Amino acid sequence: MAKKPNELFSGIDHKPPRTQWMDTPVEMKKGYFCYGAKPKNLEYIGFPNAREWNPAEADWKLASNWKEIFLEGMENLLKKFRSFRLFMDICVRCGACADKCHFFIGTGDPKNMPVLRAELLRSIYRRYFTVAGKLGKIAGARDLTEDVFKELWLYAYQCTECRRCSVFCPYGIDTAEITMMTRELINLLGCCTEWISGPLANCYRTGNHLGLQPHTITSNFEYMIDDIESYTGIRVEPTFNRKGAEILFVTPSADFFAEPGIFTCMGYLLLFHHLKLDYTWSTYASEGGNFGFFTSNEMMKRLNSKIYAEAKRLGVKWILGGECGHMWRVLHQYMDTMNGPADFLQEPVSPITGTKFENAKSTKMVHITEFTADLIRNNKLKFDPSRNDNVIPTFHDSCNTSRGMGLFEEPRYIINNVCNRFHEMPDNTIREQTFCCGSGSGLNAGEIEEMRMLGGLPRANAVKYVKEKNGVNMLSCICAIDRAVLPPLIDYWVGGVGVCGVHELVGNALILEGEKRESDLRGEPLPGAEEKEEVE
Amino acid sequence: MGMLFSLVAVLVLTAIAYTGASLNLHGIFGVAVPYLAVLLFLGGFIRKVITWGRSPVPFHIPTTCGQQKSLPWIKHSRLDNPSSTLGVIGRMALEILLFRSLFRNLKTEITDGKLTYGSSKWLWLGSLAFHVSFFVVLIRHLRFFTEPVLPWVNTFDAVDGFMQVGVPHLLLTGVILLAAGGYLLMRRIFNQQVRYISLAADYFPLFLILGIALSGILMRYFIKVDIIKVKELTMGLATFKTTVPEGIGAIFFIHLFLISILFAYFPFSKLMHLGGIFLSPTRNLANNSRAVRHVNPWNPKVKLHTYEEYEDEFRELMKGEGIPVEKE
Repeated sequence: MAKKPNELFSGIDHKPPRTQWMDTPVEMKKGYFCYGAKPKNLEYIGFPNAREWNPAEADWKLASNWKEIFLEGMENLLKKFRSFRLFMDICVRCGACADKCHFFIGTGDPKNMPVLRAELLRSIYRRYFTVAGKLGKIAGARDLTEDVFKELWLYAYQCTECRRCSVFCPYGIDTAEITMMTRELINLLGCCTEWISGPLANCYRTGNHLGLQPHTITSNFEYMIDDIESYTGIRVEPTFNRKGAEILFVTPSADFFAEPGIFTCMGYLLLFHHLKLDYTWSTYASEGGNFGFFTSNEMMKRLNSKIYAEAKRLGVKWILGGECGHMWRVLHQYMDTMNGPADFLQEPVSPITGTKFENAKSTKMVHITEFTADLIRNNKLKFDPSRNDNVIPTFHDSCNTSRGMGLFEEPRYIINNVCNRFHEMPDNTIREQTFCCGSGSGLNAGEIEEMRMLGGLPRANAVKYVKEKNGVNMLSCICAIDRAVLPPLIDYWVGGVGVCGVHELVGNALILEGEKRESDLRGEPLPGAEEKEEVE
Repeated sequence: MGMLFSLVAVLVLTAIAYTGASLNLHGIFGVAVPYLAVLLFLGGFIRKVITWGRSPVPFHIPTTCGQQKSLPWIKHSRLDNPSSTLGVIGRMALEILLFRSLFRNLKTEITDGKLTYGSSKWLWLGSLAFHVSFFVVLIRHLRFFTEPVLPWVNTFDAVDGFMQVGVPHLLLTGVILLAAGGYLLMRRIFNQQVRYISLAADYFPLFLILGIALSGILMRYFIKVDIIKVKELTMGLATFKTTVPEGIGAIFFIHLFLISILFAYFPFSKLMHLGGIFLSPTRNLANNSRAVRHVNPWNPKVKLHTYEEYEDEFRELMKGEGIPVEKE
């Protein structure tokens, strides 16, 4: 990042400009917009208007009838989604949402107030779908022009669909829905971002966003297996695409790709090994996340279909899902509807404790923290929490598992069992009021780093608070995007706080039969061992 | 601009009513306009709700604001994250009667290089006062449309006037309505962020309602009208035996005309949040989407990349790694 933190921070101004928002032209400022989708990616998934284009240039090479496509698409979506139609009609502009958005707090750009982000599209709705809108500006309506479309595009990718505003809205108007609708329309015109379209094409072809082919997946696992052996003395033996396993395990591919996600993955591997769990990984359904969710409901369905299809092909009984945010929004609120009913699976039962996961009896997919919390509650795991004594953790609630699920106690219960020194961040920044990492919904692109740092500021600010007050040095979380984007964010604003998944902490504290441990899953000496070294 | 436009609009409407009353067009302003307004209100309201209802709820998208129901030993948040219909009714009741979500409101500020989030309940208090007093005023007005007056309507009056100040007794809700409406207007004008997002459609109903409250208060305490004749007229409206008694003051026709405008305007405006809140899918669904399958009536057929296609592309690589394949 070119700008220093204090420079960026002192530039934040929440005062709106003098000009009315409709008269304030859109500006494609470097660091605030993503690159346009490459034609090869759009072609691979069969999206329209695949072409070389650059959002910074004046000509976006839209189809000649783009306006008709947009308006027809909008009419179609209004007919398909009650949320959309309702949220276009009932906002009273009370402004309760305004300062709840991390992008508004960070950038001070009034078009990042959720209400105004929605008004960008609502003004089009009024103009073309209501009688009063024919009056024009005084009725809050405006014509759809190329500049207006560019504005919609820009702010649709300055929203992480985190739903924090929706918690505070007296009618539950959900900006995530508005952003999703806008992105549906954007994709009708072939204007996806490259950061999203790349993973889409990858996932469609190889089964995961990172484009890892089967042999790459297994070789990544080999590295992890070797590391686990050298740190714990235990050799785990995961299987892939194994028919007849009891459980299919699906997690974001980032967990077996890069640090610190792989440490979380090593935690899963150790836990499953310890339990002698009859489970398999899949290379075809090797992605829990779903960038289709950031694109269109159809693309989300296309990518998500692989999970049930693979569960059926392999003949498993039920599915277990790893730590990820938007992955769980899709699994919890969409999968069964899109690709169910999963009548070929059985109601999930923990083979270790016998607990029936009744909350998942239709979808047949259980969250790993629900699974592990149940194991701990039933005394099936032995821990040595002192092995995590070098860690003073806090917990970052992911937007999607918080506001699209309500998964709050399960991870906390686990952390409190495997760590001795847990501290919460302030109340207004956790649980349903949690702040986004600033990079969700396909925005973790390098070219918008400045905007991401500003969007992540509220989260970082709360981390800084507990670092100074309680000496917190680790930000634990249950989301792969968090694990990828929080380290640079925290380094930028705070420093001296690491990021880890909850199951990394589990993997460290778990007492295994025949283990020889001198280091944690990162290869760092365990707290006790460290002192010994110093003595010697 | 929106503010001025709306203020002028309400003033013009007031002038129209005054002129109409002065020209003795009582049949139009006392009968035709109110009937037309009520027709527009009912027709428009029903049409809007039907339009909303025609669009399905394809996905199960409650915004969860508390612990989910998962394992039996984890205490679950029944109202902020309901898992059953009963819980949803509770959540909706809290939302509609007590403005639960607005009660969460915070104010974000930058102080000493840090972000802080302070409690901010004024909007909640102001809106609740506004809506509750409006509702009570509406109920009280039933005395003009029932004969004999329903006893519980009298109870409302008695409680509302418990202070027994002045003759006639001062009714608190009228004053609260004016004060709370004034607060909402001031907030809109002086909070720079709210002013920035405000449209004419935000100022207009406020001015209109303030005009209605003001004309009502003027009529009750200051510019008195013949209340017996007013009731004759309103009972005529209620029983469809319309009559236009002579000698009701102009202020009454201003009051009635502004109310008619509010009714007629209602279904075509943001005021439809009254109906919309009941249908909001982020609030009125139980968070049970993994336990009970939600059906999308238009679930689309989509092109998939099947396992067979995947294996065809990667078979040799898979075999090389010892990954089982369907076709050797």
